[in-house]
Amino acid sequence: MKNEVAIIGVGMHPWGKWGKHFTEYGVAAARMALQDAGVPWKDIRFVSGGATIRCGYPGYVAGATFAQALGWQGAEVNTSYAACASGSQALAAARNKILSGACEVALVIGADTTPKGFLAPAGGYRPEDPDWVRFYLGITNPTYFALYARRRMDLYGDTLDDFAAIKVKNAKAGSKNPFSRYKKCFTSEEVAGSAVVADPLRLMDICATSDGAAALIVCSLEYAKKIGKSDAPRVVAISTTTPVFASGIVEMPDIATDSAAAQGIEHQSFRENLPKKAYEEAGIEPKDVDFAEVYDLSTALELDWMEDLGLASRGEAASLLRAGETSIGGKIPINASGGLASFGEAVPAQALAQICELATQLRGQAGERQIENPKVGITANQGLFGHGSTVIVAT
Amino acid sequence: MPEKLVSPALDGWHTIGDDPQLLGSQCEECLTYFFPKHERECKNPNCSSTKFLEIPLSREGRIWSYTNACYQPPAPYIAGDPFEPFAIAAVELEIEKLIILGQVAKGIDVDSLAVGMHVDMIIEPLHETEDEIKMIWKWRPKKI
Repeated sequence: MKNEVAIIGVGMHPWGKWGKHFTEYGVAAARMALQDAGVPWKDIRFVSGGATIRCGYPGYVAGATFAQALGWQGAEVNTSYAACASGSQALAAARNKILSGACEVALVIGADTTPKGFLAPAGGYRPEDPDWVRFYLGITNPTYFALYARRRMDLYGDTLDDFAAIKVKNAKAGSKNPFSRYKKCFTSEEVAGSAVVADPLRLMDICATSDGAAALIVCSLEYAKKIGKSDAPRVVAISTTTPVFASGIVEMPDIATDSAAAQGIEHQSFRENLPKKAYEEAGIEPKDVDFAEVYDLSTALELDWMEDLGLASRGEAASLLRAGETSIGGKIPINASGGLASFGEAVPAQALAQICELATQLRGQAGERQIENPKVGITANQGLFGHGSTVIVAT
Repeated sequence: MPEKLVSPALDGWHTIGDDPQLLGSQCEECLTYFFPKHERECKNPNCSSTKFLEIPLSREGRIWSYTNACYQPPAPYIAGDPFEPFAIAAVELEIEKLIILGQVAKGIDVDSLAVGMHVDMIIEPLHETEDEIKMIWKWRPKKI
């Protein structure tokens, strides 16, 4: 109990390619979350923003930018950047502030405006930057997703039909989410018919980049009780742990893995390591989890994450998928929000969007995509260079 | 017209002679390898060494996984005209116990590749400038 904070408000701006300034999305999400919480803006004492690096200085100091856009009222501010894990780190900062007693109620917020096409690095000749080097060699984000997907096919016998089934499942869930970008229910034939981008992955196996925003109002359990929201969902664990040397899976944007040649060193995966601390902190096991929002940058990655979170045995995720157990109504629904397949990635908002879905489901307010009576949900996402975050929310 | 100069696309990462090599480094104390070359504090948390040897890496390994680039990647990638799709492999070096990404030799597509396949490291052009041909390492299936 001592590490818990309550989520008393959630808000989102619909994902899309709206072409507006990111603060506009952020303010809309924040206002919605404040209204949901029933907390006046002036009562927020800490604004914790996920940074966006594509929107200039206002994006680098996102916490202050949102505080200004909502109207300066003297709150403390913070900005966190961890690529796709930014939102979780911003949440962790707010949790620390609340648990230390320095603030009772905080706004956690992330918003982004994205360019079209591939995400690309800054220009010049910069061989000291691995992100620059890999693009110079023609290695894009889908390259990495495809390497993992091919490996699943080789090791576990997963098929292109399995990957297509994930897109179909997530598109169906996303069609029922008012905040998703893509509402169309795709068929497996449509996925199969889309152009190959990075063999074996097709265009519809890979997530797009989107504009969007998500916000949470989080507070101490005492504060939640005081305002009559003692039954609000609680953040029971946040993990941002790295693997222990040597990282053995080639991760964006690196060209090579660590070497495990030294004595006593073994290869590890950050995805597998990440949830261990979260489960320990929450005092639960994977079998206690009712549903998950995982980072389906590609369809196949959803299967990797299920196994890394311990929701399926290694190599068994596809059999759960085939049995329909990962759909809404199944034993362990995955990406009931529609996932990245339906949203596209709005980097600093995405980890928070996952948490919004957890809170909405746990409150029983997910409408047509509602999971039956969930008690515990988990998120997982990845940043760069082999790090990421996982958050557990419970009723 | 004078012949174009041939030079490494990534200076210090690889050589381009008849017997080309990837240039890595190795910690003198714990023997951890690094690619690209790393010559500051050792990244093994059990080791505090600051002494490294530059060392050429194994020229052969096995495919860990593979894919291709069907669409032209964005800059700083410099595409030929027209853009020709190319295969990419992640190759595991046995002695160094690490995986290195690289393009696959020109003309070899994913249908000719398999996880676990033995490959050699070769040097081929990555792109040309006005007066230079920039060479890069690529992986090529070993002839059995």
